[in-house]
Amino acid sequence: MMTVIDPRHLSVDQQVGLLFVILFGALLLTTAGTTLLALRRGTDSADPRHLRLLRDLRALWVGALVFWVAWVSGPVGATLAFGIFSFLALREFITLAHTRRSDHRSLILAFFIVLPLQYVLVGNRNFDLFTVFIPVYVFLAIPVLSALAGDPERFLERNAKIQWGIMVCVFGLSHAPALLLLEFPRYEGRGAFLVFFLVVVAAVAQIAQELMSRWLRRRPVARHIDRSFSYRAWLAGALAAAVVGLLLFWITPFKAPQALAIAFIAGGAGTLGEFVMKALKKDAGVRFWGNRASITGAVGLLDRVAPLCFAAPVFFHSVRWFFQLRA
Amino acid sequence: MSLADAAGILLAFIARLITGAQGHWKGCPPMAEQRIYFANHQSHLDWVLIWAALPHDLRAGTRPIAARDYWTSSRFKQWLTTEVFHAVYVSRQRSDDQDPLEPLVEALKAGDSLVIFPEGTRSLKGDPLPFKSGLYHLAQLFPDVRLIPAWIDNVQRVMPKGEVVPVPILCTVTFGAPLALQPGEEKRDFLERARDAVLELRPPAP
Repeated sequence: MMTVIDPRHLSVDQQVGLLFVILFGALLLTTAGTTLLALRRGTDSADPRHLRLLRDLRALWVGALVFWVAWVSGPVGATLAFGIFSFLALREFITLAHTRRSDHRSLILAFFIVLPLQYVLVGNRNFDLFTVFIPVYVFLAIPVLSALAGDPERFLERNAKIQWGIMVCVFGLSHAPALLLLEFPRYEGRGAFLVFFLVVVAAVAQIAQELMSRWLRRRPVARHIDRSFSYRAWLAGALAAAVVGLLLFWITPFKAPQALAIAFIAGGAGTLGEFVMKALKKDAGVRFWGNRASITGAVGLLDRVAPLCFAAPVFFHSVRWFFQLRA
Repeated sequence: MSLADAAGILLAFIARLITGAQGHWKGCPPMAEQRIYFANHQSHLDWVLIWAALPHDLRAGTRPIAARDYWTSSRFKQWLTTEVFHAVYVSRQRSDDQDPLEPLVEALKAGDSLVIFPEGTRSLKGDPLPFKSGLYHLAQLFPDVRLIPAWIDNVQRVMPKGEVVPVPILCTVTFGAPLALQPGEEKRDFLERARDAVLELRPPAP
């Protein structure tokens, strides 16, 4: 790959540094290219396709920056950075979920106890407890607290909303820093590559699916949820992720076929996660995102982290199961 | 920087962390001119939310109204309302010899902007209550001060009545177009119009 410097002779830190230089360089080039293209064509800035492209690009920038911050600041910083993201995502989710007054205590539990505890577990590498803490213990604690509040109205629905929010925004997202801390034999200190691999693969799947759906123009599977989602486009996205995963196998602890399979799974899970998030937004009545939103709560962060929220746990657990890691 | 300034910055940061406190300037841009913001009132946090939604340099010149008996009852409360928020104190007990609006009139004469909640009390459910007449009298006395309607959304979910710990939920403050008292306009008509202007800013229910 590199002819001038052989990356294998560099220290781990230098390798990661090189990775960032390449990553930000590529992003800079893409952004400059898009801007130039828009200028030359004189594209109307209100063109929805152009806006969507810009949004995807911005999501990539956000992802790259988070990743950089996570790496620079070490395990504690990474845990903290993703913890803050979790908090902001859950805040947005709960705002859109229209909870009732009697949910107040459950929400306090979710925001101020469950969320910090989950990230403390990640930071301490208590991976066994970390994987069951929310699905087992919090799963019981939330409805108990809710029942104690004494409001039977729409009990199941209210609890489902809170559980779901915690699962996606806290449990799902906390798997990203967990990847940083996962110990592979002969792969110490390179968790950043694994997160990078996941983020790139998820982003590629998303972009490839978007492009393919435009090109293929298939009939959407569920037009009331997403006008661009079709099985072929999804498959194309996941396959593109697999190819990119294969090309990147040398930065991971995987062998080439393993990288291909895991990238396919992670990419496919990410785009499906985004699809689910779209259904959720439609349910909440949100049509516009960003600060133009007419509805309180739609900030757009959830949009950007959704693929990661769904892809990260699937990725993490497939890797852990496949390699029989006990960390 | 004084302790009060630091406390103000910290409070605004916490308010933004918990509620987002997004200001949507729909009808007018934020500007350094003398204004009276009037808004719906659902929670004790309403003032903090409007204050945090304002740009930093407008905050010091924009003052809330505080009930004297409650907000001067302890040293901390007094320090908070005087030093951090620069509150205008009013007495809740009506005495015959004093006009209840007098402290507000003085603050406006001094060139400050005010935030008032013309419903007079918190409306916990549904539509805002009818507006009290104070807004009309201020509009009569100060025709040059801009009257800006504002709608605060979602704040009742952050801290319902009787709870002490706020839950992080995003709130918005939508500022509308300035409203002016028409020549010869009746008090009731004006207050009705002002209330409608606030209600119009409410985001559509999903």
